[in-house]
Amino acid sequence: MDKIVDKEKVKGLFADDQRLMIGGFIECGSPHKLIDLLLESGGRNLTLIGNDTGFDDQKAGQLVVEKRLSRVIASHIGTNKETGRQMNSGDLEVELVPQGTLVEQIRAGGAGLGGVLTPTGIGTPVADDSRIIEVEGREYLLAKPLRADLALIKAWKADSAGNLLYRHAARNFNPVMAMACDRVVVEAEEIVPAGEIDPNQVVTPGIFVDYILQNGEEE
Amino acid sequence: MSEIRERIARRIAQELEDGDLVNLGIGMPTMVADYIPDNVRVIFQSENGFVGMGPRPPKGEEDPDLVNAGSEPVTIKTGGAFFDSATSFAIIRGGHLDATVLGALQVDQQGNLANWKIPGKLVPGMGGAMDLTVGARRVIVATTHTTRKDQSKILPECTLPLTAKGEVDLIVTEMAVFRVTDQGLLLEEIAEDSSLEEIKEKTAANFSLAEELKTFV
Repeated sequence: MDKIVDKEKVKGLFADDQRLMIGGFIECGSPHKLIDLLLESGGRNLTLIGNDTGFDDQKAGQLVVEKRLSRVIASHIGTNKETGRQMNSGDLEVELVPQGTLVEQIRAGGAGLGGVLTPTGIGTPVADDSRIIEVEGREYLLAKPLRADLALIKAWKADSAGNLLYRHAARNFNPVMAMACDRVVVEAEEIVPAGEIDPNQVVTPGIFVDYILQNGEEE
Repeated sequence: MSEIRERIARRIAQELEDGDLVNLGIGMPTMVADYIPDNVRVIFQSENGFVGMGPRPPKGEEDPDLVNAGSEPVTIKTGGAFFDSATSFAIIRGGHLDATVLGALQVDQQGNLANWKIPGKLVPGMGGAMDLTVGARRVIVATTHTTRKDQSKILPECTLPLTAKGEVDLIVTEMAVFRVTDQGLLLEEIAEDSSLEEIKEKTAANFSLAEELKTFV
C-alpha cells in the first residue's frame, strides 16, 4: 500500500465531530501543514487531545482562534489566551490533566491497557473525580486510556513504509500518539525510499502509520 | 526585580550537587542554570524531551526544534539525548530526578504548593508541575516572598488549588531560606539586607528558627 498521499487526500480524512490527537509541545513538533489542511477542510466541533493549545498567534493555536474545537484535553493552555477566554465564556470545554498522566493515558490507549495507576495529583483537585487505588500501601489515581479517531503527527524523516525519525525536541508526544488512533497521518520534512532509514534507528515503526504527506509539497 | 530573581536563582544553585539530574521550571527557576559553580556538573532535563540541556545558543544559531519547556531556544550538550514525552515523564515520575526547582503562587508550612490555577481568573494548567513535585527527590520552590500587593506567599495553609500535597522540601525567597520539616517550617538563612523582624512581618506562616541562623547574599 502506498502511504504517500497528497493534500487533497488528507483534507478528505477530516470531518466534523472528530476526536483528534495532535503532536507537538507549544508549536515545537506540531504538524503545521496538517493543521493548515484541517483548517481549510472546515472541520468543526472537534475534540483536541494534545499537550497544549499552542500560541494564539501561531499555527496550532488557530484551531482555538478559529473556533473549531468544542473540547480540549491538555496539560497546559496558558500560552493561548483565546483558549482561556472560550473556556470562561463556556464555548469550550477544557479538561486539564497533568502532562505525565496525559501521555500515559495516550500510551495506555495505544498499548491496549485499561489505564495506568499514577501517584501524580493525589491530594490535589485532579484526584476529585478519579478512582483511588492503593497498591502496597501507596495511593494512586486510576488514569483511563485515551484514544482518538485521527492522529496528526510531525516527523523529520519518513520512509515510504512509514517508518519515522523525529528531530530534537520535536519528538515529544508524536510517537506516543501514533500508537493510539484509528488512523495516523504524518507530515514529514523529508520522505525517503524504504530501506534508507536504518531499522535500528527507527523510532515509530511504519506499521502504525497510514498516510504520509511531504510538508514542503508544492502548492 | 531582576536583582531579586538573580539572588534567588544564585542561592538555589548552591543547593545542587555534582552529578545531579535536575529539572528547572519555567521563569525564575530557569535562571538557576546560570549560577551553578564551575566545579559542579549538573545535568539538566527538559520535560519536552531531552537531557543534557545547555544554554541559549548565540544569536542566529537558534533552532526551532531545540527549545526548552518555556519555548526558549537552548542547546544540547555532548552526551545528551532526546526522547518522547512518555520517557520524559518516566524520568520525572520514576524517581530518576534528583531535584526540581519550581515557582509558586502560594506555598505553605505543610510543604503544599499551589502554582497552576487561580479559579475564575487565571487557569494556565499544571503542565508537568504535578509530576515533577511527586517524582523529584527534592522539590525546591523559588518565589518572591510576597505578592505584588505585598501579601505573604508563604502561608499557614494554601487557599488556591494545590499542585502538590506535602512535597516541598525547601523554599528560597529574596529574604529567607526555609526548610520544610515534619514539625513545620524552619528558618535557616536570612538575606544580608533583611532581618528576622522583617521576615516575621512578611511571613504569614508559622516558622521556627534554626539553631544556627546563617546569612546569604
